[in-house]
Amino acid sequence: MRKASASDARLPRARLALYQVLLIGGVLAFWYAMTTPGLVSDAFAKNTAFFFGKPYEVAKVVVDWFISGKIYPHLGITLIETLLAFAAGSLLGLLVGLWLALSPTASALAEPYITALNAMPRVILAPIFAVWFGLGITSKVALGVTLVFFIVFFNVYQGVKEVSPVVLANARMLGASQRQLLRHIYLPSATSWVFSSLHTSVGMAFVGAVVGEYLGSAKGVGYLILQAEGVFDINTVIAGIVVLTLFALLLDFAVTKIEARLLVWRPRTAETEQL
Amino acid sequence: MSAGFDPAVDRDAALTLAHVTCTFGGRRGRYTAVRDTSLRVAPGEFVSVVGPTGCGKSTLLNVAAGLLAPSAGDVYVHGAPLNGINARAGYMFQAEALMPWRNALDNVKAGLQFRGAPRGEAEARARQWLVRVGLAGFEDRYPHQLSGGMRKRVALAQTLILDPEIVLMDEPFSALDVQTRQLMENEVLDLWSADRKSVLFITHDLEEAIALSDRVIVLSAGPETHPLGEFPIDLPRPRDVAEIRLSPRFVELHEAIWQVLKSEVLKGYAQGKRQ
Repeated sequence: MRKASASDARLPRARLALYQVLLIGGVLAFWYAMTTPGLVSDAFAKNTAFFFGKPYEVAKVVVDWFISGKIYPHLGITLIETLLAFAAGSLLGLLVGLWLALSPTASALAEPYITALNAMPRVILAPIFAVWFGLGITSKVALGVTLVFFIVFFNVYQGVKEVSPVVLANARMLGASQRQLLRHIYLPSATSWVFSSLHTSVGMAFVGAVVGEYLGSAKGVGYLILQAEGVFDINTVIAGIVVLTLFALLLDFAVTKIEARLLVWRPRTAETEQL
Repeated sequence: MSAGFDPAVDRDAALTLAHVTCTFGGRRGRYTAVRDTSLRVAPGEFVSVVGPTGCGKSTLLNVAAGLLAPSAGDVYVHGAPLNGINARAGYMFQAEALMPWRNALDNVKAGLQFRGAPRGEAEARARQWLVRVGLAGFEDRYPHQLSGGMRKRVALAQTLILDPEIVLMDEPFSALDVQTRQLMENEVLDLWSADRKSVLFITHDLEEAIALSDRVIVLSAGPETHPLGEFPIDLPRPRDVAEIRLSPRFVELHEAIWQVLKSEVLKGYAQGKRQ
């Protein structure tokens, strides 16, 4: 409904798509013109190409990666790290969130420390995790978990606190025991909040995986970027970024599909962001 | 009624509230919502409680349900003092009380599920009840996909499927439009006359109270609400709530009760204005 009324003021779909293509085409053309001798001097082109790479070269690297299949093991590793970080972080956030929300003493005790931990820039933990868990998959998952945990935790905490008192009273009148309240009222309410923060938490798991790889690893897309940077191969760095972006878009698309399935009972999704 | 009231004598009453007082401690001092209120509902009797808005009617019902412990006074269910949740009562709430993450069928069967009924049996009975409240074919709809009237029917089925001896209703139809409301009232009367449960029905609508009940109790304006009087309703049954309103006896009763209620409504209105 809202979409339809808003699009009245916007451009027609087809024309909008055309403009969008023209916009990215323009940016690419400008990039090409600035890094290729012709419109600009030889020296200038060489200089800019060193810092910004060349669109054609970047495309060649990306295509080559996919044709030779060299990228797949790296993408696979990054994907596994992302999924593991997401699963472990969500589970931990769900358990701790439920526990603290239902136990006033525990939440009062933990509150200042939770706030402090959340305020801490947790990416900085990556070197420590590298020392603890080595350069393999575990240190990346650990970093992702610290990022995902807080998003899920705060959402679950909120979800439990916002359970409608009437729904709760109704369930009690219908004979629900304390355990059944947890299983049939608090948990569904909390998970709905977890699902509504899926986009943010999957995104964060991905950030954790890539940043972890970038800071020290032997495999993964972040590792490819790190390697290329070491030899000032700016084209490969940008190619890595392009692949990561495409991958993130794909992941986001998948999440949207899953979300639509899981939240059929919801009139609309309320998204909270905690970064 | 309240004078010389001895609950010990009323062992055969389904529900007895004896000298109940409810005081809430707040930051702005103590607030007595209900003072020294006694009432009883005989087995199979339909009793309505009317009173101005905000007079503590819901508080009284929560006490009868065992959701709220009175500051003073006692509650007896079939002669036995009530401790904790009133397991022999069903409660129909004023606000939305359905679990939004369960579809109509799962909502109706919730009570049976909580009480450990076998899955197949619970489902079969829930289906029967949905048919009984006229919602066959809506089993897999979620609450937000149903209209207000349909949600109330689901709530009714959810409460009655447990076959409670006492039914507590807190302005269950106040959010509905007049037509839907009369349909629902007739349905409640039909269901009630089929297996005569004891009903304590709270409303601010005097016409609704007279049309449905065997007895109407008038409460004073809050704070310190107490019963002002009670009126037996000697209208013949079965009744049609729309037609009965036109009968001369109905008008007489309405006149008589309104005489008592009017000054309280004005008092409540004046208090509301002052705040």
